[in-house]
Amino acid sequence: MRVVPMNAEVSVWVRRAVVIAGITIVVGFVMLYLGSQKNFGLAQYLQLAVEGLRGGAVYGLIALGYVTIYKVTDIVNFSQGAFAMVGAMTAVAVNDSEALASSSGGVRLIVAAVAGVLVATVVGVAVERFAVRPARRVERNVEPITLIIVTLGAFIVIQGVAFVIWGANQYTLPAFTTLEARDQTIRFGDVIVKAQSFWIWGSLVVVSIVLYYFFARTMPGKALRAAASNRLAARLMGISTSRMSLYAFGISAALTGLSGVIFAPATRPTYDMGLIIGIKGFVAAIIGGLTNPVGSVVGGLMLGLIENIGAGLTKAGLKDIFAFVILILVLLLRPKGILSRRQKVEKV
Amino acid sequence: MNASQPSDRADQAEGETAFRRFFLNWSGVLGLVLVLIFLTWFETARPGGLRVSDLTWGVITFNTLVRVGIFTIVIVGLNILMGYAGQVSLGQAAFVGVGAFTTAIFITQGDTFGIPESFLTAWWWPWVLMAVGMVIAGVLAYWIGRPVLKLEGHYLAMATLGIGIVIFILFRENFGIQLSERVITGGFDGLPDVPRLSLGSLVIWPVNRFFILVWAIAVGVIVVGTNIVNSRTGNAMRAIRGSQLAADVMGIDTTRIKAQAFALSAVFAALAGSLFAHFQAAVSPNSFGFVASITFVVMAAIGGTKMIWGAPLGVLVVLAIEELLRSKLHLLVEGSGTEYEPIFFGLILILVMIFLPGGIAPEIKRLFTRSRTTRATADAATAGDSTS
Repeated sequence: MRVVPMNAEVSVWVRRAVVIAGITIVVGFVMLYLGSQKNFGLAQYLQLAVEGLRGGAVYGLIALGYVTIYKVTDIVNFSQGAFAMVGAMTAVAVNDSEALASSSGGVRLIVAAVAGVLVATVVGVAVERFAVRPARRVERNVEPITLIIVTLGAFIVIQGVAFVIWGANQYTLPAFTTLEARDQTIRFGDVIVKAQSFWIWGSLVVVSIVLYYFFARTMPGKALRAAASNRLAARLMGISTSRMSLYAFGISAALTGLSGVIFAPATRPTYDMGLIIGIKGFVAAIIGGLTNPVGSVVGGLMLGLIENIGAGLTKAGLKDIFAFVILILVLLLRPKGILSRRQKVEKV
Repeated sequence: MNASQPSDRADQAEGETAFRRFFLNWSGVLGLVLVLIFLTWFETARPGGLRVSDLTWGVITFNTLVRVGIFTIVIVGLNILMGYAGQVSLGQAAFVGVGAFTTAIFITQGDTFGIPESFLTAWWWPWVLMAVGMVIAGVLAYWIGRPVLKLEGHYLAMATLGIGIVIFILFRENFGIQLSERVITGGFDGLPDVPRLSLGSLVIWPVNRFFILVWAIAVGVIVVGTNIVNSRTGNAMRAIRGSQLAADVMGIDTTRIKAQAFALSAVFAALAGSLFAHFQAAVSPNSFGFVASITFVVMAAIGGTKMIWGAPLGVLVVLAIEELLRSKLHLLVEGSGTEYEPIFFGLILILVMIFLPGGIAPEIKRLFTRSRTTRATADAATAGDSTS
């Protein structure tokens, strides 16, 4: 009979389980301690969690935008956050515009939302056409840092234009349910959930399903996937990779613009909201592994949950610390994302 | 980044001799020193009542030149890290903050840490703190760098960005301590009343004295940086940028070299931060956030990361563009105020990166070397990156 050695895979899993259990216990005790200092009951924790998941869903949507562009073009688009800002601010501007003053609130809001997504898409396509593509054309093997700075430049331009148009004011977009600034709230026991949260979660679900269908079942979606998995082979099959890059930016900007529109009623949109929301979306994408759509949505939700509970237990100003500590831990422990399989060996 | 650029090979084959490299670098240092001496003389003597700012249509003032010197120190470190060792850092401003806050905290809040009064009032105390800040930043960066620099590309960029923001928030939130209990970093407002530096009884202020100090240090950092990148360690760094696996196989301790490059860049950043604190006479956390880190990377990339000399150029160009837009944009766009600035800044950024992706310094070097050598060798030497 063959001697079966202790399976290495199993022992790795055992070790991982022990580590995860240990971290969970320690974090749990710290949370309970901090919570008891503030007299937190279960309801307070759940309240924080619900609000965290709302922000997390937005991060997840934006992360999907990063993943779409990165997979097809290998570019991390630092102007992503600006698309969300453009979506939100355009929606506000259209909703408040004179031309629609006579229409009912619902019609106004629908037109505003569509306009927000469309303008964001146009901006995304423009970034690809006038910034990213020229940078790639001049030099064939363009370094990542060059593209990072080019997209960053695009971010600065977009935000600058937004500042000229809208100034530094805070705006409001009516909630989708009540069509007023004040949102409907729904009580589950002691936990209060704003109706807008359901719009945000709903959009995340719908967008995920639509994206899945698009990439798995439609011809353009398959072409995009082909370009993502092997650019040369895709080109040999007659797929125009430069057009795919344009599509990727368009789709990604539309997605991100939508996330800006639905998030707008839950926050107060300003011209500079793109920076922090863009960074958080990127963090979510990185937590998910940058190429994994499911991972990035999970990463977004996780990020929102942890930062909100962390901030609730300590101090609101420390919110971003939790986000970035999580990021650094994930990068060090699972550098290819939380849902990754074992790393492959690097080949020369 | 790129495993084997043809220019790398051409460079090794045709060979830029050690002597020529030596000659170019030292003539560069000499030229810079002459320009600096001229500027100092001009500002101090004021021939015909003119000042430095009058030479440049009122765009670049003497104060701006001091800032160019301070940031040059940061960018030299960043160039070594990015251009030579091939590692990105989007959190460099945090290490500048470490230097600045070490200086500010232990001067203005020194008594709450039990530091004797005789130290706090002594002229040498700020200089000690400058060194302490550099040591703290270096140790911190080395300690963080060893695990984090295992990451590559965008993941490394993100991790350094995260570290930068975490350090920035700790400054902004007074390390999580209530301001009413105890002031450490002073929260949002930072710490005012950082005194000027002095040597014995000689106070290094007004600004032309400080200008001399800053640029003396900056030139020193440029010389040190040049020597490092042309040393064995510099060669090891370039090997890592070419291919980390190959460098590993050749027996280079890549983890250590990368962490050393990161620590070195942090030390330079902290040095600049300390000078910055004395220059501003106050420290506010907002100078060390994400935007500042990005600005540093932009300065490095515009100057050209693969040459130490890219540092002063990049800083000068970026600050000059900013100042130019601030003071002259209203001539271009009728009736515009400061709100149009970022738009043009972003556009210029995109255009520079599209047309000069290697930065400005290699192009300037091409101008200087073309006259002496044949075009082919000049191109090989400038496009290659084993020189500085």
